[in-house]
Amino acid sequence: MIKNRTPFPGRRLFADRFSEKILHGVVIVSGLILILITFALYYRSRPVLALQSFPSLLLSQGWHPSRGEFGFLPFIAGTLWVTGVAMVIAMPICLLTSIYLVEYSSKTLREWINPFIDILAGIPSVVYGIWGLLIIVPFIKGYLAPLFGISSSGYCVLAGGMVLAVMVVPVVIHISMEVLKTVPNELRDASMSLGATKWQTVKHVVMRRAMPGIVAAMVLGLSRAFGETIAVLMVVGNLARVPKSVFDPGYPLPALIANNYGEMLSIPLYDSALLFAALLLLLVVLYFNIVSRMILSGTRWSHYYYA
Amino acid sequence: MESKAHISIQNLNIYYGKDHALKDINVEIPKKKITVIIGPSGCGKSTLLKSFNRLLDSVDNVKITGKVLVDGEDIYDPKAEVTHIRKKMGLLSQKPYPLPMSIYDNIAYGPRIHEERNKKKIDKIVEHFLRTASLWDEVKDKLHSPASQLSVGQQQRLCLARGLAVGPEIILGDEPTSALDPRSSQNIEARFQELKQQYTIVVVTHILRQAKRLADYVLFLYGGRLIEYGPAHEVLENPKEAMTKEYIQGVIS
Amino acid sequence: MVQGGVIITMHKHAIEENVFRVLMIASTLLILSVLLLILGTIVIKGLPYLSWSMITQAPKSGYYLGKDGGILNSILGSLYLTGGATIMALMVSLPVTLYLNVYAKKKSRLVYMTRFAFDVMWGIPSIVYGAFGFTLMLFFGLKASLLAGMITVAFLILPVMTRSMDEVIRMVPPPLLEASYALGATRFETAFKVVVRQVMPGISTAVLIAFGRGIGDAASLIFTAGFTDSIPTSLLQPVATLPLTIFFQLTFDHP
Repeated sequence: MIKNRTPFPGRRLFADRFSEKILHGVVIVSGLILILITFALYYRSRPVLALQSFPSLLLSQGWHPSRGEFGFLPFIAGTLWVTGVAMVIAMPICLLTSIYLVEYSSKTLREWINPFIDILAGIPSVVYGIWGLLIIVPFIKGYLAPLFGISSSGYCVLAGGMVLAVMVVPVVIHISMEVLKTVPNELRDASMSLGATKWQTVKHVVMRRAMPGIVAAMVLGLSRAFGETIAVLMVVGNLARVPKSVFDPGYPLPALIANNYGEMLSIPLYDSALLFAALLLLLVVLYFNIVSRMILSGTRWSHYYYA
Repeated sequence: MESKAHISIQNLNIYYGKDHALKDINVEIPKKKITVIIGPSGCGKSTLLKSFNRLLDSVDNVKITGKVLVDGEDIYDPKAEVTHIRKKMGLLSQKPYPLPMSIYDNIAYGPRIHEERNKKKIDKIVEHFLRTASLWDEVKDKLHSPASQLSVGQQQRLCLARGLAVGPEIILGDEPTSALDPRSSQNIEARFQELKQQYTIVVVTHILRQAKRLADYVLFLYGGRLIEYGPAHEVLENPKEAMTKEYIQGVIS
Repeated sequence: MVQGGVIITMHKHAIEENVFRVLMIASTLLILSVLLLILGTIVIKGLPYLSWSMITQAPKSGYYLGKDGGILNSILGSLYLTGGATIMALMVSLPVTLYLNVYAKKKSRLVYMTRFAFDVMWGIPSIVYGAFGFTLMLFFGLKASLLAGMITVAFLILPVMTRSMDEVIRMVPPPLLEASYALGATRFETAFKVVVRQVMPGISTAVLIAFGRGIGDAASLIFTAGFTDSIPTSLLQPVATLPLTIFFQLTFDHP
């Protein structure tokens, strides 16, 4: 450090001040990216918003870009169906597994399984898509649909939902486990020392305490499912009609955006409509994320009990 | 030791992995007296206390040998029903941990777990034990507000009432006043003095003066070994062992 | 309580407990078997087709119909594109995390808001980043190219990188910073000489995590990278990446 005792202390202090200003600027600009993204998408979707009002865009069924008709209802319905199916499949499994791993299993088992869950989280969505094509689609076409007496190509809402469910699982389990671990052991001890069984303790005390956090974990999973594009697109059928059952094909918003990159500059307003779809997706996901992050930061920092 | 043993510990050894936490403990804890466990931190006081109601079962890597007899029955017998053992003992921990529910539900939790469904009976139980813990007057108008809104001292008395509501015979206190202000501590100590008419009480503390105020019997642990055990006035005023003497004089801690 | 009643209700508890225990174990096993099924499917279906020419040659005409050639263009394309994006993201996230952890006051509003913003950005789907990248392309008059793809992926991985790096730098013990200040070092010197050196392994991990997220993504590149059978020689040429190649081959018959 002696070397650093330069005869020009002013220069070092200047470097310090100057770097602070610059870094401060970088931080603020990076924080504004969120607003920039929202604004850019809004700016580009103005032409289509000028053509049709916001509610009519959302609620009309007709999708004829070449005639200038942009009704997003089939796509919104497709998104809701696929996400709903995924959540119905994934949520109970996630809840049961994370409770099992945190409350029941031994530490060794938990340490063995954790890397598997991380691997699952790290697989690119294209790979999930291939898996869906090779396994889920034929499975639905060959076994599941005939079981209900329905003929289906296999490319349907259920296939999308099943693939999505698998993709959401690692995210939700990971966060739920973190939330369950924040429940103090003394609370479990208190319940057990009153003579409650393990399950009674989990059901009445641990779950109750962890509920906000687990809800937040599920909402984060939900928002992940909402925006997932490639894997769903590959198996869901992509037909612009409101699905009537899980064996019907659907066409979720992200798939719509991804599938029409080619034509969108050749038809007027088409690009604007697709970017409006992206804006819609962004707003929904932002809402979910902000709410769940607020709940999660609440469970992590506050020492108050949820009653 | 004129009174009958309530808990009797025989050749108890506890290991956490390779760490030998309690070494060959043999002791008999008398009925309806206050027994205080003293010793420096890390000497195994809390471990000994938790071994009484098998709360160590859920700890990873723990190994327990020897016997703990409560009313003559070995609680570590594989056939023993663990929830019944725990029901026999109320536990007060270092910091109060009210369950995440209302004041009323905190007390009602135990009876409900044990299949008491009669609403009127539960009402009575709640009132009775809140009175026993001298908390009734302070909370009777807000029974259904969250227990987390109470002060720490009130929460600890709530935990005491909650423990008593399942009808235990033994009260275990793991430094139950360490998070409390002096006045709340005094309140808890006063409750213990009343309760020893009906209950066997075992309290862990590192505060010697508290031991002097409370104890009928004193048990001194050091480094996982039982150094000395006997009536309070003998151990605290006339210790037989040099180590106990040094601890009481503050030479070792 | 009647003795008989106790026995019956104990049974009920035990049944409920056991039913849930079985369900919990079943769902854990289900997750593990799905993972094995996925990995198994990919390996069994993919391995027989792996050949030397596949990873050393660019596709020749008719490659996707089973003729000669390989996917070297997409392998290199993925590496170029994600590598560039990672460097771009690092140039923003390193200063940001250093500012948050060394310069700024620990509990300031700015620190909290920034972390929150990055957490939320983490949750934005990659297709939205793709759309955003597309609006940037329109704004700057850029064509779908290696550069546009890099910028888009840089935005995509910025939150992952920043938040993982932030978690690491947060763990630097305050005494280390204090020791550096006590020797008369400025914050600038402390940040770039002491902290960066101390958490180098953590920074590398964060960079790798971000790289991993970037290299697997296709949705953000559909608009922005273009697609080509040749290896790009400049930033402004279109590029193919591995996920894009897989996606196009499997969803469209033959482009």
